[in-house]
Formats: sequence, C-alpha cells, structure tokens
Amino acid sequence: MTSHSPMERAPWVLKVENLGKVFGPMDSDVLAETGPEIGTSKSSRTGTVVAAWDVNFEVAAGEALGVIGESGSGKSTVMRAIAGDHEASHGAVWLRTRKGDVVNVAAIPDSARRALRVDELAVVYQDAAEGLDLGVTAGGNVADRLTAAGWRNFAEIRHRAAHLLGRTEVPLERMDDIVRQFSGGMRQRVQLAKALANNPPIVLFDEPTTGLDASVAAGVLDLIRDLLTELGIAAVVVSHDFSVIEMLTTRCIVMHHGRVVEEGLTDQLLEDPLHPYSQRLVAAART
Amino acid sequence: MTLTHDSTTSQQSRLEQLCPPTPRAGLIDDFAQREIRRAILTAIAIPGYQVPFGSREMPVARGWGSGGLQITLALAQSHDVIKVIDQGDDEGVNAVNLRRLICETTGATETSEPAEATLIQSRHRIPEDELRQDQILILQVPVPEPLRGVERDMRELARMHAEADYSKMWVSLYEDKVRNGVITRTTGYPCLVNGRYVIATTPIPRWDVPRLHQAPFLTLFGAGREKRIYAVPPRTDVEPLTFTDVPFEVESTPGARCHRCRSEDSFLVEIPGPQSQWICSDTDWCRRERLSKEAQI
Repeated sequence: MTSHSPMERAPWVLKVENLGKVFGPMDSDVLAETGPEIGTSKSSRTGTVVAAWDVNFEVAAGEALGVIGESGSGKSTVMRAIAGDHEASHGAVWLRTRKGDVVNVAAIPDSARRALRVDELAVVYQDAAEGLDLGVTAGGNVADRLTAAGWRNFAEIRHRAAHLLGRTEVPLERMDDIVRQFSGGMRQRVQLAKALANNPPIVLFDEPTTGLDASVAAGVLDLIRDLLTELGIAAVVVSHDFSVIEMLTTRCIVMHHGRVVEEGLTDQLLEDPLHPYSQRLVAAART
Repeated sequence: MTLTHDSTTSQQSRLEQLCPPTPRAGLIDDFAQREIRRAILTAIAIPGYQVPFGSREMPVARGWGSGGLQITLALAQSHDVIKVIDQGDDEGVNAVNLRRLICETTGATETSEPAEATLIQSRHRIPEDELRQDQILILQVPVPEPLRGVERDMRELARMHAEADYSKMWVSLYEDKVRNGVITRTTGYPCLVNGRYVIATTPIPRWDVPRLHQAPFLTLFGAGREKRIYAVPPRTDVEPLTFTDVPFEVESTPGARCHRCRSEDSFLVEIPGPQSQWICSDTDWCRRERLSKEAQI
C-alpha cells in the first residue's frame, strides 16, 4: 500500500497492525476455513466468526483513509476496535498522541482508552444517538467533551461551543435546543462539532451520512471534507458507499468477509479495480 | 456424623463469641451494629464514596429517615445525648418520634441544645450553631447518588465514579445555567469531596453546603432505602461544583428577617400566608436568639 502512497514519508498518527477480531474458539484451521475465497466469515466446523483478520494500514495527519465493504464485511468491526468500543482479539492499534507518545489502544485499560477518547480520538457514528445525548442541548453536547477535558469556565465553554457549532453550520439560534428536536442532518452536524471539540488529531467516521437523504448527505460530506482539509485531521472513513469514500479519502482498503481484498489510491481503485469483489462494488456504485 | 456435629458446635461457639446469647436491648442486634459500624469506617476511610450496607427493616418506613436512624442506633450508647431535627425543627412529628425511639431503645438522653448533643440526626439542616469535633452529624438521605439525574445505568454510574468522570454532571449544570440563567439546584447540590468523589449533599440546602467544607465535625450520610452510607470526615475539603466564572451562591431573600428573633443571618423559611413572613428554619437556635435578645433588653 505504501509503495504508491504520496504520503509515504509523512509520519503516521494511527497505525493498525495485524488487527483481528474473532468471535468464538480459535484454532489454526479457522483462518483457512473463512475469508473471501471460501465465501464466508464463519467457520462451518467450529462456528467461529472471523469478523476481521490481518488488517494493516497507516494514516498520517491530514490524510483520510477509506474502509469500504458490504454489511458484515468487517469494516465496522475494524472501526470499533480502533475506537476501543470493543477489544481486538489480535494485533495492535498504534496511536501517536499529541505529546508524541505512542500507545497501543488495544492494550491499555478501558479507563485510559476513554481518556484518549476525550482529546486524541473522536468518533462520528452513523446513529447520532450513539455519539450524542439526545436529551441535552446542542451546546451541552459540545460542553460534555469540553468539561471532560477540564474546561470549567462557563463563558469560555459557551464561546467554544458556539464557535464549533457555527463551524459545522448549526444555526446558532438552535444552540440551546434539545438535540432530539433536530433533523438527522442537523444531528450529524452537532455530532461533528462534539467530535471536534478538543481538536483531536484522529477522527473516525462510521457511515457518517448513511440514512440521510441525498441532498442533506451531500451538504454534510462537503462540510466533513472542508474540515478535514482545514484542520489537518487524520481520518478513517468507514462506508459501504463509494461516493462517500470517493469524496472524502485519498486511499482506501476494500474488505470482504473479514479480510482486506484490495488496497490502493481511491481514484485508481475506482478506475481500475483488480479484485472481482471490488469490481462488483464499483460496478454497483456506477449504475 | 461426628464431623457435622463438631463443625456445628464450633460454629455455634463462634456465633456466641461474636454475639452473646443474651439478646441486646434495642432495635438492632450486635451483628447489625457491627456491620453498620464497618460501613461507617469504610465511608470515613474513603471520603465521599457510597458504601453499600445491609439496610434493616426499621419501625419507620423507608424514606422516612431509616438510613439516618440505623447509623444513630449503631453509634448511640446510654451515655450519648441525642438531638433530632426535621427541617431544623426539634418539635416536628417525625423528629419527636425518632428521638423517642432512639432514646427509649438505647438509653441515651435527649436534648434540643446542639452544644449538649453528642449525636445529631437531621433531615434537611445542619444546626446554625458551630458544631465541635467531638460531635457527629447524621443526615437522613433520600437519594445518595448525585449522578442519578444524569445517568440511569448502574454499571455506568459505577464506572463514572471509579474514573472520576463527572462530565455529565458538569453538562447538567451547564444546561441548568443555559435554560434558567442561574444554577437553580437547591438541595442536594453536588460537591467534590477530598478532590475525588462527587456526593449529593442532599438533603441540606445550599445554605449549609459551605459549612461542610473543612468542618471540625464528622458528617455521616445514611440512605436506608438505597442502602448506602457515605461520610465527610472532619477537616475535609467539600467543594461545590461551580464554573470558575459563576460563583456559588447560597439562598437569600433581600430584606427578609426572622419574624420571631429578628435575625437576618440565619437560614430563613417562608410561612405560607397572605403576608410574606419569614422564620428561622432552626427553631432551637431561634428560641435561644430570642432569649438572649430579651435578656439584653
């Protein structure tokens, strides 16, 4: 992958190494019994599900990597393992913190991982209810991250929340409205503001526009693209939708039945997919 | 057979050693007393941490002071002097009944004077008088969990306390200020104890909150229904959660003074009626204030 990456020399801030997530008993044959060649991620012998295996990639600051695949391909598993929402069974997720320390997210206690989630690593979920407290105002949701990072001055919290919500194009007159009253697109914008609250160097996007209607999705995507360029964030974008991957990322990996089947520059991969599964995905996206 | 017999005998002798066969006079047995005292010691050792305890059935309904009552019964001995107040009032029905119950079952004597009391059980107030380090204040707590209003999942609550992750509490204060312009929370104001655990200072009003900070006396909080005991040991930091630019304020009504003793610097409550009248919430303090003012005249 790195051989044709233009960002080859840029130091990574997120590095995923041999990442694997397995549900059920694991033995030496399970891997041979699953994968794209076999056409399943579940071993018929042991019932073990290999949700993801042997996933490797690096992301540098200002770079966005796409992870694409159909439902059940393991892309969300990879994202949740990076975010620490669930524990990886194998491999490492290296993260370079702003202080320059290198931490393996997969090997630190839950409390330390949650501390990283405050200002090093943010996630924007498909379902806003996962990333937001719907019973709290838009400003309050941003305040949650700020107070977690130690902000204790009310005026400063207000100011910062207003700034972020303005930046993610949430009308300021709605800052003090409960998020539950917001439309889907507006919720995603609030989620984005919350994710960016403490300037995290890494942001993960899990299907950020799935479930939004086309025009709203286009607006949110435009916004995400602008923010990524402007803030120099390292991003991982997980989606089943090639148009999202095409718009936001420069590089991507294609996952199928828990394995990476192809990786490369997004535009090249779209022009000339090599793996039959990638070809089908691209063909489906182009119709 | 012999084996069973032997182990039964040794178990019995162990029981007798722990709890003598002569039943202890009073409402709680030696086991209960021991268990509650242990919970209290744990609570003192970890200021602000809510210690679970085996809350017993009491002759008062849960939610009517059964937690405070159990702490008092576990501590009180015949040489103790007990003061019980309800909303600052020694003569409230609930206060009178609890005081009688405690004194009749423990042999302790009763008083309304804070200076005489060794144990003060209270609902809603800390007496206006300065308490000393040889006195213990016992508060009857309805809801011990300060985060109950912001999080319902018990496991999540345990995690938040364990990691001192109180951002949701801060968000609730933020929301309160945004919606109402001021922080409206009155009783149960959340406070950080000893720089570590957030407690609910329920049931006392904000007025009394600063008086817990570095107090010379021990404060024990007992929640019978919720089966929790927590403590603020003497000389411990109790800091109300406040934004740095929004100062903590206690209740006050400009111009209000006690209808009976004329004082302005005590915690006043309004008497319902056509005219606005205020009286001291601490009735015994008010009585002594009046007496001393009359003596001056």
